[in-house]
Amino acid sequence: MTRKSRSLSWGERATLAAPYLWLLLFFLAPLLLVFKISLSKTVIARPPYEPTFTWSGGWSAWWDGAQKFSLEAWRGLVADPLYARAWATSIALAAISTLIALIIAYPFALAIARASARWRPTLLGLAMAPFWTSFLIRVYAWIAILKDEGFLNHALIALGIIKAPLAIFATNVAVVIGIVYSYLPFVILPIANALEKQDVQLREAAADLGADAWRTFLHVTLPLSLPGVMAGALLMFIPAVGEFVIPDLLGGSDTMMLGKVMWNDFFENRDWPAAAAGAVALLIVLVGPIVYFEKRQNRSVA
Amino acid sequence: MKAARLGMLFFGFAFLYAPIALLVLYSFNASKLATVWAGFSTQWYGKLLHDEQIGAAAWNSLTIAFASACLATALGLIAAYALDRFRIFRTRTLFVGLIYAPLVMPEIILGLSLLLIFVAVDFPRGFWSVVVAHATFTMCFAAVLIRARLGELDRSLEEAAMDLGAGPIDTFFSIIAPQVASALVSAFVLAFILSLDDLVIASFTSGPGSTTLPMRIYSQVRLGVTPEINALSSLMLAVVALGLGLVSILRRGKSV
Repeated sequence: MTRKSRSLSWGERATLAAPYLWLLLFFLAPLLLVFKISLSKTVIARPPYEPTFTWSGGWSAWWDGAQKFSLEAWRGLVADPLYARAWATSIALAAISTLIALIIAYPFALAIARASARWRPTLLGLAMAPFWTSFLIRVYAWIAILKDEGFLNHALIALGIIKAPLAIFATNVAVVIGIVYSYLPFVILPIANALEKQDVQLREAAADLGADAWRTFLHVTLPLSLPGVMAGALLMFIPAVGEFVIPDLLGGSDTMMLGKVMWNDFFENRDWPAAAAGAVALLIVLVGPIVYFEKRQNRSVA
Repeated sequence: MKAARLGMLFFGFAFLYAPIALLVLYSFNASKLATVWAGFSTQWYGKLLHDEQIGAAAWNSLTIAFASACLATALGLIAAYALDRFRIFRTRTLFVGLIYAPLVMPEIILGLSLLLIFVAVDFPRGFWSVVVAHATFTMCFAAVLIRARLGELDRSLEEAAMDLGAGPIDTFFSIIAPQVASALVSAFVLAFILSLDDLVIASFTSGPGSTTLPMRIYSQVRLGVTPEINALSSLMLAVVALGLGLVSILRRGKSV
């Protein structure tokens, strides 16, 4: 690919302008604004923050205001033990869930990729379909399963496996189950795509050279599918760290994930600068994985 | 080997679909108790019809989904066309980044940042703020989907049209648009579904009169599992299933 830039014609620029400006205005500018508001002071007013950088008073007023920027929200973010725990919990639960999802998704994706060409698209479509249904509804479905008097405990007691109901609901275990379940389609798709693209001849060659099925898998199939595994892990891990609905509905009162803390700061404490600082911090942590993900996408669309 | 693969498929699909199947099954439960079966009944669906709040929320959700899906499809088409045909421009990397980042960004960051900008510029919160917010993230899904279709087209048709004297705009509407029509419908349906399902972004950006269905479900779910929510959820699942069925027919078996 040539990397030399050329300017677009006016017609092309006009075409590009609509989606480009839209995303600059409603995606990039809001992110910058979040950063700005994280540097403001909380006040009891509407909106509940004291603007730090305003243009209304001209340049000198802007500079006066800018010098008064507040690190209050950021200090809270570092000093508040609630946030420290929320960070640890969010990253740990997202990482554990991603690992479990990979372990479930890989053989599932492999089974789909090795199915006959006639069935493959249908199977992949069925594996992806839950992604398009509401997160809220799918998480809600698990409440009835995991509750103390829920389906799982009913079944286990009826089968004589346990005597007293397991207390899974409102624990971190329930949150992990919910995250694995909700994000599983994200992981299956890239792995199945990577496996499907592999040339059958490679496996045949390995077999001809005397490798058994297991060796072929370890030395041919698995290494070649790692980019798909990586893409799936990122697609799941990045949004899962900021997850709100799942810890809120399936977790206990002590399950503090970042998304939930930000939600509470915003809607209940009306501390917008704190919520904004949380969002910026989350973005900083996730920017590495996001840029890596985009580099891969960029290569595939370039 | 084959048995292991079939077993894995069975286990995988059971895990994905059993919770949804239980939810739908128990929406027909005669008992008020959410996990004890007491016979078949459609009473909860009947109750939904008479719930005015649910009706208003459903109307909000459907109109927001329709308006945002229209916007998302139009913007997504233009973005996809630019990505596919304008091979090189100076800020291409930024543009690709802007298209792909919302696909993985935690919803809570999108919702919070959009609300802050609406407050900052004094954009009234209600129907249109949710439409704009939904169009922003669904247009990215639409762009990716439509771009995949554009990449498959035979360019010689466009070249022939140009050789015969058609301008770029004529060529677009008479040659390109008809060929990507099915992808456009797919993108529209998927954007519609994503908007219909969204809770987090709508919660941040909606106003007092624009409560959506997921927001209403969420406020009731916190009080516990009830057969009425099961019924409402089942109806929403049915709408999504219908949409996905349509998309899979349009895409002739290609996975969504």
